Amino acid sequence: MRRFTWFNATALTLGFAFLYLPMIILITYSFNESKLVTVWAGFSTKWYGELLGNESFLDAAWVTVQVAVVSSTIATVLGTMAALVLVRAGRFAGRTLFSGMIYAPLVMPEVITGLSLLLLFIGIGLDRGILTIILAHTTFSMCFVSVVVSSRLVSFDRSLEEAALDLGCTPFHAFRLVTLPIIAPAVISGWLLAFTLSLDDLVIASFTAGPSATTLPIKIFSAVRLGVSPEINALSTIMIAIVTVGVVAASLISKRASLAQQRDTQAAARAA
Amino acid sequence: MRRWLLIGIPYLWLLALFLVPFLIVLKISLSDVALARPPYLPQLDLSAGWEGIKTFFAGLDFDNFVFLTTDDLYWRAYISSVQIAGLATLFTLLVGYPIAYGMAMAPDHWRPTLMLLVILPFWTSFLIRVYSWMGILSSEGLLNQFLLWIGLIDQPLTILNTNVAVYIGIVYTYLPFMILPIYATLEKMDGALLEAAEDLGCSRLTAFWLITIPLSKQGIIAGCFLVFIPTIGEFVIPSLLGGSGTLMIGKILWEEFFNNRDWPVASAVAVVLLLILIVPIILFQRNEQKQREREG
Repeated sequence: MRRFTWFNATALTLGFAFLYLPMIILITYSFNESKLVTVWAGFSTKWYGELLGNESFLDAAWVTVQVAVVSSTIATVLGTMAALVLVRAGRFAGRTLFSGMIYAPLVMPEVITGLSLLLLFIGIGLDRGILTIILAHTTFSMCFVSVVVSSRLVSFDRSLEEAALDLGCTPFHAFRLVTLPIIAPAVISGWLLAFTLSLDDLVIASFTAGPSATTLPIKIFSAVRLGVSPEINALSTIMIAIVTVGVVAASLISKRASLAQQRDTQAAARAA
Repeated sequence: MRRWLLIGIPYLWLLALFLVPFLIVLKISLSDVALARPPYLPQLDLSAGWEGIKTFFAGLDFDNFVFLTTDDLYWRAYISSVQIAGLATLFTLLVGYPIAYGMAMAPDHWRPTLMLLVILPFWTSFLIRVYSWMGILSSEGLLNQFLLWIGLIDQPLTILNTNVAVYIGIVYTYLPFMILPIYATLEKMDGALLEAAEDLGCSRLTAFWLITIPLSKQGIIAGCFLVFIPTIGEFVIPSLLGGSGTLMIGKILWEEFFNNRDWPVASAVAVVLLLILIVPIILFQRNEQKQREREG
């Protein structure tokens, strides 16, 4: 028995207003004519124009995208391997340390992760730049990927893989043809998670970036420390728009995929 | 062979880029600040052989940790981080629970959309979400304009750069972490239990208190830890929304490193922060394990 009461409706309305109003206000004011961000002076897109003319922002955006694509891809490979180890490898020497190292970065404060990696890079004499940010982002996001993928692997029916092996597949082929397609949704969401974590990260990037490479969050942070600016509002609006389109598209695709899988399973059940 | 490659590659990566860096922090926290490059002593001199290693270990001491206890800035920062995180967790629970409850009671066909609406802010940049409050809370910001307009106040309130703004920022950014685990437990609840309680003469409020809250306990605990643990070391929110009076340890560590360039003290601050976090992390792990056992 579920009753959707007035109390529930009010809680949802107020809750979602709280979650979304600040962003709606931010987007609205990015179209404000005035430099003063608190006074409405008419509609204008001039801040978007200024943003596109600002080379240092564009450079930072390019660095950020490169870092995110490379680090999330390596993190997905390493994270999936780590998930296979966690779920399938059974006992081996140093297993406790391994799973500890997978879970610890998830709860480690970013300031500590950033500080420790910076001290490592200085210690081994690696110049800070795009490479060091990629190494740092790969390390913490591979742990998130491995948690996402291992939760899918746990519920995986191994008899499918065994059947493939019985039918003459090599272990590698069985993995590629049977296991990978089944865990693919988890691997893809792991990649997306790693990608957004990297795009979003300020603290770890601040520690590991050098003068040669600055990411967008570092640029935004140093700009907004001086106060609210319409240019940053415009930049934020673009980023919010990209994320919204991405998340809505991803959820529609996964809904369609799960419907298709349901149909396949039903068809298979009927055939059997 | 293949098995060892599978284990070895991620293992080595984590050893080199997680464990070793952490050991370096530990080592530097025991070193002394110096006008050198890198700015701390002693340096490990392997070319001097065994003697070098001995002098290196002899040069390590707990001076930085003693320093942390003598300067009360650090004490107050640790205590106030825990206080701010604790209070903010409570506020997040009070805001998040009714939302999670409303979602669980909503008609089935609404739920995917409601879920999407909760998750969407989580994918949006954390920095931007914190920043969006700067324009709202400033003294000539929208909130003050609104309050002046309805006549509730006759002078703008100072909210930005105070702890109030920090609480608002934490509740706002961590709300999805509170809503999702609570919703997950409430969604599984059997509505017949409430019906039975009401048939037996419970008022709806008593039934809520005696049945719904205890049944969602696991979700409440998980949500609280998910908010509390990351908030303690938070840096972005106190530095953008907080003021000079906002003491949080993440901010202190940052300033110690980037502004004062005192690496040994920054490292010692990091080590103590981690020691503080160990207790809640272990409690959280235990709670998760208990839940898994109950379900499995």
